[in-house]
Amino acid sequence: MGQFLHEFFNPLDFLRAVPTVWNGFLFNLKLMVVAEAFILVLALALAIVRGLPGRGAAPLRWLAIAYTDVFRGTPLLLVLFMVQGFATLDYVGLSSGTLFRNGAIALILVYTAYVTEVYRAGIESVHPSQRMAARSLGLSYMQAMRYVVLPQAIRRVVPPLLNDFIGLQKDTVLITVIGLTEALAGANFFQNDYANFSALTVTAVFFIFLTIPLARFTDHIIKEREKRERATAV
Amino acid sequence: MSANGNGHFVSLKGVSKRFDNLEVLHGIDLDVDEHSVVCLIGASGSGKSTLLRCINLLEQVDAGTIVVDGQTITDGKVDVNRLRQKIGIVFQAYNLFPHMTVLQNLTLAPRKARGASRADALDRARALLHRIGLEEKADEFPDRLSGGQQQRVAIARALAMEPKLMLLDEITSALDPQLIGEVLELVRELAESGMTMIVATHEMSFAREVANKVCFLDAGVIGEEGTPKEILSAPREERTREFLARVLEGGRL
Repeated sequence: MGQFLHEFFNPLDFLRAVPTVWNGFLFNLKLMVVAEAFILVLALALAIVRGLPGRGAAPLRWLAIAYTDVFRGTPLLLVLFMVQGFATLDYVGLSSGTLFRNGAIALILVYTAYVTEVYRAGIESVHPSQRMAARSLGLSYMQAMRYVVLPQAIRRVVPPLLNDFIGLQKDTVLITVIGLTEALAGANFFQNDYANFSALTVTAVFFIFLTIPLARFTDHIIKEREKRERATAV
Repeated sequence: MSANGNGHFVSLKGVSKRFDNLEVLHGIDLDVDEHSVVCLIGASGSGKSTLLRCINLLEQVDAGTIVVDGQTITDGKVDVNRLRQKIGIVFQAYNLFPHMTVLQNLTLAPRKARGASRADALDRARALLHRIGLEEKADEFPDRLSGGQQQRVAIARALAMEPKLMLLDEITSALDPQLIGEVLELVRELAESGMTMIVATHEMSFAREVANKVCFLDAGVIGEEGTPKEILSAPREERTREFLARVLEGGRL
């Protein structure tokens, strides 16, 4: 037990590891914010395409389905290596800029597939009578989507969206395998230098402290909205 | 007026509609004059709702033609969004937009579908809320209103588009008995103001009082039609008599 505590929870090594891990962690943060911004937009577009009505839109629907099937089914690590491999084909030097870009692309490709499904579930959870009411007032399909269906759909899927966002945060450490010095890589260096695992614990703590406020913030906005829009139970 | 519709504001000829194997409407002929109120009565599943939904193209007819305001709407060439802007429909379950305030519910379609300015849409919405006596609820969300209030807002939402025809689809069926009166009162006012309306209803006393014509729908066909007095007091058809007797037992005549 003493050995375990010394290896993973050594206070001195904690302090020593913080700056190294923190520097790497900033990379993870940046990666996650950039990737998430793209994911939220692209996934929404795909979810809308997937729900388009009519025979004319069938090829688009099929493309959207094929995309989710492929990228939800492929392990992220594999996609990461493939993107990296594809990028090295043109023999440009692998600066940390290109590594960052490649990591972001891989994360976006895979997580967009997940998040598309989350949006789709939200869109389908809005009762058809809502769309019918919107259309009956003379709104077009896209207007009904934009003003009536999506606002209701998105607010319903905020918790699962957050879930995927947390998954994304954590998966940003995977880009360490293509050679970008992010938090996990920093911790690994430290571990090699000092033969102590406490830097890994520091990294874990960083990630946990990133997700907790996000989760509480989501709870808060959901509760506020309930208070505002729902009837008080009698 | 043009030969189209033979001078009637709404004219249905031989309208049929089936869902899979179920024929919901079978060869319906129905004329509605401008500024008149037609009530559709009949058991649940007799096709009243489907008939209303065909008139604003929420459902496509399988056969027959429908003419609204001189325009044949069943030829597949009509601009459905434009058509629906002049036909208001109110549903049994209100279907208000729960994420918007009452005022936003009333201004969304005028602004987005018709391109009204924000100020104009707000003015009109406030005037409508005044008319239905719910001005003080303008900034509430629908879920905080009673069923009767929600249904009045739904009527106002349809009126905000300044429709020439209103379709009311059993709008009091989901309401507690004590809330029905306020909604019917509003519809009565609408009728007096000259609004053309087609009303599917189980409220026979309302039909008797407001309708110019009552049609009894039975298994997808119009079993009998006439003045409220003819249909409700002296029905000729056995099926109509049976239906009215059942409704009477339910205590709603």
